[in-house]
Amino acid sequence: METTVVESPVNYINHKHTVASWLLTYDHKRIGILYLIVVSTAFFLGGIFAALIRLELTTPAGDLLSADVYNRMFTMHGVTMVFFVLVPAVPAVLGNFAMPLMIGAKDVAFPKLNLMSWYIFTIGFLFTVTSMILGGVDTGWTFYTPYSSQGSESNVLITGIGVFITGFSSILTGLNFMVTIHRMRAPGMTWFRLPLFIWALYATSLVMVLGTPVIAITLLMLVFERGLHLGIFDPRLGGDPVLFQHLFWFYSHPAVYIMILPPMGVISEVIACFSRKNVFGYSFVAFSSLAIAVFGFLVWAHHLFVAGISPYSALIFSFLSFAVAIPSAVKTFNWTATLYKGAIWWKTPMMFVFGFLGLFLIGGLTGLFLASLGLDIHLTDTYFVVAHFHYIMVGGAIMGYFAGLHFWWPKMTGRMYNDTMGKMAALLIFVGFNLTFGPQFILGYLGMPRRYHVYPPEFQVLNVLSSAGASILAVGYVLPLFYFLYSLKFGEKAGANPWKATGLEWTTQSPPLAENFPATPIVTEGAYAYSKREMKVA
Amino acid sequence: MPNGTIAAHEEHHGHHHPALQHHFQDLDQQHEAATLGMWLFLVTEVMFFGGLILAYTLYRIWYPTAWALGSEELNIYLGGFNTIVLIGSSLTMALAVRSAQTGAQRATVGWLLFTIALGLTFLVVKFFEYKEKFELHHVPGPNFQFEGPQSPHVQIFFSLYFALTGVHALHMIIGVGLMSTLTFMAYRKRFTPEWYTPVELGGLYWHFVDIVWIFLFPLLYLVDRSHHII
Repeated sequence: METTVVESPVNYINHKHTVASWLLTYDHKRIGILYLIVVSTAFFLGGIFAALIRLELTTPAGDLLSADVYNRMFTMHGVTMVFFVLVPAVPAVLGNFAMPLMIGAKDVAFPKLNLMSWYIFTIGFLFTVTSMILGGVDTGWTFYTPYSSQGSESNVLITGIGVFITGFSSILTGLNFMVTIHRMRAPGMTWFRLPLFIWALYATSLVMVLGTPVIAITLLMLVFERGLHLGIFDPRLGGDPVLFQHLFWFYSHPAVYIMILPPMGVISEVIACFSRKNVFGYSFVAFSSLAIAVFGFLVWAHHLFVAGISPYSALIFSFLSFAVAIPSAVKTFNWTATLYKGAIWWKTPMMFVFGFLGLFLIGGLTGLFLASLGLDIHLTDTYFVVAHFHYIMVGGAIMGYFAGLHFWWPKMTGRMYNDTMGKMAALLIFVGFNLTFGPQFILGYLGMPRRYHVYPPEFQVLNVLSSAGASILAVGYVLPLFYFLYSLKFGEKAGANPWKATGLEWTTQSPPLAENFPATPIVTEGAYAYSKREMKVA
Repeated sequence: MPNGTIAAHEEHHGHHHPALQHHFQDLDQQHEAATLGMWLFLVTEVMFFGGLILAYTLYRIWYPTAWALGSEELNIYLGGFNTIVLIGSSLTMALAVRSAQTGAQRATVGWLLFTIALGLTFLVVKFFEYKEKFELHHVPGPNFQFEGPQSPHVQIFFSLYFALTGVHALHMIIGVGLMSTLTFMAYRKRFTPEWYTPVELGGLYWHFVDIVWIFLFPLLYLVDRSHHII
């Protein structure tokens, strides 16, 4: 039942050409592309730092980077990847592009604010890049006091201000998305007909709106503490450095859910489309997003188990950290159940979904090790932790981001990329990732601490494996850059709906019109009305 | 594939209100979106001040004596006067919204100007309070001076005093800017009973900033003014 979409030669990309028409655009689709450019730049920058870290760790001696330079490398890797890639990647790039299309709106509720968010984001990024050019930061991305407020001689102020500024972009995007989802849905688009990606974005926005202001004020306190030595976080003057950790993680743990919830939404979209089935237990998946957002605010102190918090509160936070695994498990089981008896279509986006499922499973389960009080004392600040959160953030979030990028690329650009190349990239990333971070679990268990540029020689074999994996991973990440850019010019025309997907965004032409739809769509059925018989395509 | 089939949904190209933005269906939708947006923004503001108030609470529990000593240094008369000024400005703001709602355009301008005047009064008084603190070396930093063993802890009190009132004053300055824009728009007769969303949202913001002060005044000025406890 192919609908005929009247293709207009004019679309959101070619209706205006000037640079100003991009830099002053209020169009959510163009703003999504603007984010894509900055986020990709940050991703490659952060990748270079990671490459230097892995290169240094191929030998036990500190022969490539000095201890001080090494500190700066892992700090800038963390700052860049967390604040300028993981947090904005899916919501700001894919969310901006696809969300209004998916709910049948002409734009987000506040288009000017949306553009302003991008400028705030970019200015924050430029601050951070400036601090790197001036020599970088060495505090770790966590900016722990009192080292960051007194000890460090690096550019904490500029980086802190950069991250502070960027926070407002996140707050305003979350606000914009929540209002859009509440007020801009097309006629007939009820809450329970919403695609699950929208539910995930809604839950994410909730975390952005409630959590980000707290990190903003915390960084502001840090900046003043460092500038004026007020004593707020200085134990010598009666201040409490652990207060900083509490405030920091009150945002930064929920921020993990800012990073992982939107990719989870992507997984729901892609898995339904490429299994030709409704997502199993739609409302469970929808509400588990909200549950993660809510529980996510109640677990932050599990980062402080060794910081001297009371054993009773540690017990409660340990329990809650176990509890937050339940909604994530609900999602994973439901995705797996969606595959069951589905007509699975082996295309690139689906390859990334399978990668996500495997890696997120390991990342999630190793999180339970760290939620256990006894084990956590052994594993805190070791490579086990590094491996765990990379499995969540890179194996989970970036995999999901790539799944989404490969899923919506034809819609964004109107062109198909090379599917074989895409599958190769997915495979390289999966293999390379496991080789990079798998050995780090063992290293951490054996006691190798994180954030050191030297290590005992008996750890070398595992470290060399890890660095070898990282080089495979790098190839996997660079490959899409080439076939995506190639597809812009030489890719096959995608047509309105190359994946035969349900969802409003596939009912308009690719690339969409500037105003999204020729006329406001009316929705009459749920998000995933797939039928397996339609599968006989491609 | 009924989903997404473009039904004959007439976009009305008839009479548009000049304030209606193209991506909204009608003024109601636009109004509801803007109102929800403002409420959400205020929620983020609560969290923003909440971080500071958490730090305040922790150190007040740890250092009650320093808190009492620091609080006594604040000028309760100026603070009390400012509290009355701000509560008064919330009244004039509410009357401005009411006037816009009923279409009393001249009254709207008048009440907005009154609100701006009260806001500026607050800021001027605050300026003199700050000036006094500078002269007494009660501003945290290298020049901070306070007699007695509680000095470092009193410095934390004053750090939080300046952080809380400073961020609040910044909100006041932004508020006065917003009010000036609204006054200009009201003067140009842009608001009608059909559409006065900006006045209403400006009012929400103004009341919020007022409420923050209602919390700050007792938290900072009224810690413990009975001398014999210390």
